[in-house]
Formats: sequence, C-alpha cells, structure tokens
Amino acid sequence: MTLSIQEVQHVALLARLNLGEEEKEKYAEQLGSILQYADKLNELDTEGVEPLDHILPIFNVFREDKVIPGPDREEILANAPLVEEGQYRVPKII
Amino acid sequence: MDLYELTLHELQEKLHNKQASSEEIVKAVFSRIKDVETKIQAFITLDEEGALDKARKYDVQDHFSSLTGIPYGLKDIICSQGMKTTCASKILENFVPFYDATVASRLKEAGGVLVGKLNMDEFAMGSSTEQSAFFPTRNPWDLDRVPGGSSGGSAAAVAACEIPFALGTDTGGSIRQPASFCGVVGLKPTYGRVSRYGVVAYASSLDQVGVFSRDIRDCALVLNIIAGKDPLDSTCVDIEKPDYTEFLKDDIKGLKIAFPREYFQEGIAQGIKDTVKKALLKYEELGAIVEEVSLPHSEYALPAYYLVAPAEASANLARFDGVRYGRRDFEAENVIQMFSSTRAAGFGDEVKMRIMLGTYALSSGYYDAYYLKALKVRRLIKNDFDKVFEDFDLIVSPTTPTTAFKLGEQTGDPLTLYMNDILTVPINMAGLPGMSIPCGFVDALPVGMQLIGKPFDEGTLIRAAYAFEQNTDYHTAKPDPGVM
Repeated sequence: MTLSIQEVQHVALLARLNLGEEEKEKYAEQLGSILQYADKLNELDTEGVEPLDHILPIFNVFREDKVIPGPDREEILANAPLVEEGQYRVPKII
Repeated sequence: MDLYELTLHELQEKLHNKQASSEEIVKAVFSRIKDVETKIQAFITLDEEGALDKARKYDVQDHFSSLTGIPYGLKDIICSQGMKTTCASKILENFVPFYDATVASRLKEAGGVLVGKLNMDEFAMGSSTEQSAFFPTRNPWDLDRVPGGSSGGSAAAVAACEIPFALGTDTGGSIRQPASFCGVVGLKPTYGRVSRYGVVAYASSLDQVGVFSRDIRDCALVLNIIAGKDPLDSTCVDIEKPDYTEFLKDDIKGLKIAFPREYFQEGIAQGIKDTVKKALLKYEELGAIVEEVSLPHSEYALPAYYLVAPAEASANLARFDGVRYGRRDFEAENVIQMFSSTRAAGFGDEVKMRIMLGTYALSSGYYDAYYLKALKVRRLIKNDFDKVFEDFDLIVSPTTPTTAFKLGEQTGDPLTLYMNDILTVPINMAGLPGMSIPCGFVDALPVGMQLIGKPFDEGTLIRAAYAFEQNTDYHTAKPDPGVM
C-alpha cells in the first residue's frame, strides 16, 4: 500500500510541514507500509467495545479559584524568536 | 572503589559519615565523565561549575535531605530552569526553560546536584538514540552498539558510572528498553503516579517519567522523591504513596508470578528467552508460584500503539511553530508559510513521519477507521491484563526481543525499528507499572527482565526485583568502556 502524492500533500498541509518532492515520495511509501501494518487491527471484531482513550478513571479535577503569582513576562518572552513591545511578533496573517 | 562507582545509597552513607564531601563526589563524577564521555556521548549539556557551586554550598550546611549533595542527570525532555532543554531537536536547540518540571524541582528540593542533560531520540521518538539531532550515544558494553532509546543517554550514563542515577521518560518502552540494553535498572511507574508537568509531551495518555539506577534500593529511594500528587498535573493521581524502601525485603514466598506465552514466542531471540526462563526458575527457587498465562491481544498492541502515540504527538507537537520559543524561519512571507518551513527545518525525519502518520489517523474520513479502532483495541489489551491480575501479583517477561543492536543496523525501515517495542508497548497502553532489571548476559551483552505490576503497585515490582537482585549478582557487573 502506498499513499498518493496528493494525499501526502494534504496531510502535510494539515500538519504544517513543508515537504520536498523526495520527502513526499518517501512518506507516501513509509506511511503506506505502516498503515498496512495497522490494518491488522481489522482482524479483531470490536463491535460494542468501549474505546479506551484514557487509562485513569478521573474526569475533572477542580481546585480553588485563587490568584497566585504567575511567571514573569520578560522571562517568558526571552525564548521568543521575535518580540516587539512585550508581545510576540509574527509575519502578516491577513 | 572510586566514588563515581558508588550507588546513591552508598554515597548517602559516605556523606553522612563524613567520609566524603559532596564536592569530592561531584569532582569524581566529572573526572569520570571526562574519561569516558568522548566515547559514550551521553550528555547534551554539562554544568560542572553549577554542580560544584551547589556541592560546596551543601558541604557547609548541617541539614541533610534525602539527596543532599548527590549528583544526577535528567533526560533532555525534562525542563530544567536556566539550563537548556532541547529534546535533542534542532527546533529547541537554544530553548532555556524559565521553570523546572515538577520532577526536577522535587530532586532539587531534596538536595540533588544536577550534573547535566542527557541525550535521547528526538522528542523521545526512537529506540536507539540515533534519532538525536545532535549525535548518537553509544552502549558502554560495546561502543559499536546503541544504548537503546529513547532515553539512551540516561541509561548509558548510569551504566558507565558517569552518574549514580538519572530520570528518563517512557511512552512505549523508552526507559525499560535502554535499561535492558545497558544492564541497569529502569522503572516506568504507573500512568498517573509521577507528575508530567514540565516534561515535553510526546503522547499524553502514555508518557510517564521514571528512574534509571544501578540497583533496586536506589530506584526505590528516587521513586519516593518523585512520586505523588501534583496540583500542576491533573492526571497525577491523589492516591496513597507508600514508602517504597519498605518493599526492600528479601522475601517473595507465595508471590504469584505469571509469564505470558505470547511474550516468549517466535521473534524473541532464543538466548533471551532462555535467560529469562532461568530467572523464572530462580523465582520458583525463592518460593514464588510461577505459571504460564495468555494475553491473547498482545500482537495487536504494537499496531494500535503506532496509531495512538503518533495521533497524540501530532497534536502535542503543533506547539512548535516558531512563535513563542525555538527556531523560526525568518524568510517566510506569511504566517502559514512561517509555521510550515520552521517545522520542516526544525524537525528530524522520524518526528516528521510520526506527525504525518498521526495527522492522517486523526484526519476527516480516517478517524474512525484508524484512531477510534486503535482505542477499542486498547480496551481489549487492558482487559487482558486485568484478567491475569485477578489471579496473579506480577507478570514477568523479557524486556526486549534482542540484545543491543549495532549503530546503523536499524535505520532504514521504520517498522523494523518499531518491533523493538513489541514487549514494552502493551504496558503503556494499559497504563501499568513496568520495570526492567538485569538478569543475565548473551554474548557479553546484558539481558533485561521485565516485571509488570498492577496499577499503582510499584511496591510489588520493587519487592520482586529486590529479591532477585539479592540472590544473583548480575547487577554488580560493570562495563569497561575504556579510558581515553
């Protein structure tokens, strides 16, 4: 099983990954072979089986709504590639 | 014996009896690192000055905590305040966290001295540490072989006596497999036992932080420090935490041990099967009841894992977009291009592959067929374990299908590499505690035995591991990587 280049392109766009032509071909093949392996799961009848998305029987964890000191803004911004006036600067969006 | 060769509890004793200072210990550790590190390459970052400063500070203080003055290392996926945390990825090459992960701050508060950050497969995706964006780490038992992965740096550094203990993370085997390859103790606690706050997420429903050490007592001591509820991680459960050192008793009479036939099948090297079977005989000799059982859905754990883990990873790794931290492509003209080219340049091949796979499995039209199907199979896998644990205290198996393989041997086809995880992945899928302990050698390479316990029953793992250790001497064997 191999994915089509169009499928790979579509997934790469969703994943926000620029891929070169060679990479697209490589992933078409590799993803195909892993998905083919995953088809093994279809040997199992899972009709009526409750999906297990989390192992713990916990749902919501609540805490008191109390104000506590947060991290320092300058410290957080220190790791950013581009900062202006105390904010992250990014290229044009619209 | 030199100071660097001592275990954590032996060092505690030296410090308490004033037979050594923390400064002497830290100096001994750095001298060992200088001797072997050019060959092993376990560390991405080392902080000799910071460690020595801290050691000197502890030496003039009267108060002792459990780790006061004792050196250790952290896998480079665990945030350390003021020290680079790269995940062995170019995209985080210069990231310096402004806060500590909860496990890091607990070790710090206990008085530990952080020596440095340890190499790994990029974002914990791999089984050999060859996927590090910087350099591969080598196995101290044979420098032509891999230390396993993804926590390969942690395992190799502990095995080579560069540090007495280290933390790693385990999503599908990333503590147990390298522990097995390097002949050390590796514990992955129950999902929810240890906080994941400040640990860069790979697959959030599977990730867990754990311990590498050279003996079981050290493992129990470190687990005592890092385990327990954390208000900063809502999946870290508020459940009673025992003193794990109380399980260090050489008595397993009547303990019911199961060995699953599916974990001793074709594809597992004969030498490994024989070694673990011999260990099971040892357990019988020590008074345990050992019986064969079946975990019928075992063969489906790996394909299910390779849908669930990449799916979660594709969401978790979306945060690396060049906006708030890490590298950025400054050439891009608009923001989507900036995201896409930043990520393409910053991530390595295996990471990109898993992001693509996970994105595909979650995408419209495929979600039910792949992701949801995998979650249903995950339920069946967990049910298998639940059933065995109705009648048994512990499950024992090999940790890995082979001993450490050679560098470059498994870099072509991803599926071949994934097969390394076949005996460890089911434990993460079911959220159980698992441990790998040294149980022998095949062709002078260490073999690991995997102990699997009931949820939150790390105590029984420690008890069984300790009894085995006290009655064998595999844990005393040390590799000789040679001094430069």
